[in-house]
Amino acid sequence: MTTASPDRSFLRAALGHPAFVIGLVLSALFIALALVSFVWTPFDPTKLSIANKLKTPTFEHWFGTDHFGRDMFSMIMVGARVSIAVAFVAVGIGMLIGVPLGLYAAARRGSLVDEIIMRGNDLAFAFPSLLLAIMITAVFGPGAVNAIIAIGIFNVPVFARLARGAALSLWTRDFVLAARVAGKTKARISAEHILPNIANLLIVQGTIQFSLAILAEAALAYVGLGAQPPLPSWGRMLADAQTLISLAPHMALFPGFAIIITVLGLNLMGDGLRDLFDPKLRRGR
Amino acid sequence: MTAYLLRRLLSLSLSLVAASLVIFLVMEVVPGDPASFMMGINADPQAVAALRTQLGLDEPLPVRYLGWVAGLLQGDFGISYTYRVPVSELIAERVMISLPLTLYALALSTLIAFPAGILAASRRNSAADLSVMGATQLGVAIPNFWFAMILVLVFAINLRWFSAGGFPGWDAGFFQAIKALTLPAIALALPQASILARVMRSSLIDTLNEDFMRTARAKGLSRGQALRRHALRNALIPVLTIIGLQFSFLLAGGIIIENVFYLPGLGRLAFQAITQRDLIVVRSVVILLVFAVIVVTFLVDLAYAAADPRLRRRRT
Repeated sequence: MTTASPDRSFLRAALGHPAFVIGLVLSALFIALALVSFVWTPFDPTKLSIANKLKTPTFEHWFGTDHFGRDMFSMIMVGARVSIAVAFVAVGIGMLIGVPLGLYAAARRGSLVDEIIMRGNDLAFAFPSLLLAIMITAVFGPGAVNAIIAIGIFNVPVFARLARGAALSLWTRDFVLAARVAGKTKARISAEHILPNIANLLIVQGTIQFSLAILAEAALAYVGLGAQPPLPSWGRMLADAQTLISLAPHMALFPGFAIIITVLGLNLMGDGLRDLFDPKLRRGR
Repeated sequence: MTAYLLRRLLSLSLSLVAASLVIFLVMEVVPGDPASFMMGINADPQAVAALRTQLGLDEPLPVRYLGWVAGLLQGDFGISYTYRVPVSELIAERVMISLPLTLYALALSTLIAFPAGILAASRRNSAADLSVMGATQLGVAIPNFWFAMILVLVFAINLRWFSAGGFPGWDAGFFQAIKALTLPAIALALPQASILARVMRSSLIDTLNEDFMRTARAKGLSRGQALRRHALRNALIPVLTIIGLQFSFLLAGGIIIENVFYLPGLGRLAFQAITQRDLIVVRSVVILLVFAVIVVTFLVDLAYAAADPRLRRRRT
């Protein structure tokens, strides 16, 4: 159905949107670092070298070394992999469960199921997410998988609410009515007509949730409940840095910058996509 | 208004019941028997069984739930496994730090966000607007515990204006206590202020485009007068919602910041209790925070309805 020309105009608009471009470049930078870390890092990020400990940045060690003499740049590269993977899967879980729930609630608007799903959502929003994530990981054991589950759970209501809200307004539209007249079931209409029309919204929200998940993963790792050693993670690097902050501030600065730049990049990209997907805003620009 | 109030009260009670059920059941599925945990690995099975009976763990599930709720209603949260004192005492002590910290952070966040958001909205697309929006983008991207560490590095270690952590207690004097809470409050307030400034800006921009604003200007009010008398008041509704939500975020969000600054608040209590599997304490803190959120949301809703009669009819 899509022809080449709208895509090209979208691409042109995207490249002309400064926030989107900056966001894309910043996020791509860290995704690239994460991917490169699979095949190459300047040093082995787990190799201890006490003789080289707490070095400030040099030509050899770009971001300096930590209290065990490990190369900070290599650790940040591998840490990017952990953060991005955890956040990506967590948001994916939230979408995979939340979107169908939201679509179902919208299709059965006003029914008991709708009511239960929405009240359940309200309840989930009332829970202090970070506290519960800490509880889940502490009880079921710290580690990347439990961090994913803990963060993923809190993405479910976000996507359920978004999908329901967007779908509700579409159910009143003529093309949906036409599909119903044609005899399509509610499930089929949701999948074939509603979902493609709310995909843009979901992508924008997904980008924002991705950045929030990276922050949440860093917080969990900071309190020792994220990916476990020897796998480096940005949050735990910061926890290590805390006690040494007056001696070796670089240990705190670089992982912090890595988190900030990644999150900033994703947020700018999300905001940019929101503008680009909104034809009204695109024309007004 | 009375019918509205009753309806909202009913839904409030239902939410509270549902929340308590969820928390109770989650704690039930948590692996690990509190009694054997308390007695240690090498405990005599008979002693563990005796303790289970003493703790009431042998009772059927509904009985234990009702017993717990009945206790809650009387302010009895149970006895902590690790501290061996009533949880209500522990919580009362810790709230005296977490609540002031939350209010302090909320005040800071509002003090920063309001002027910034108003400035950005009233000079839309100006350099001031762009700087405010840029700063808020940065503000939401900075992890608050990292910001806290940098604050400690700059203001405690280098400048020596504040201490790096700990809390002297309210007995040490109001000023000393507030001083100890200042860096944590700033660290907590930063991301909240950024979010609030953005909400303020967009809400104000929406209001500025309304017809009544054009009327106000046509009546001869200056931009500033129209903004102060008509736009601000109307723009505040979404802003207040966010402030209400932030209160609870901050109360719970302290969990990390209190750990950074070694503040003996609710968050630190919860964190220690989680690592020590002191589930009674965990359950109590969680339910307290969830109740706080639900009640604050209820109060915010009520405040709207009092201010705007249209909302009374529209809400379900």
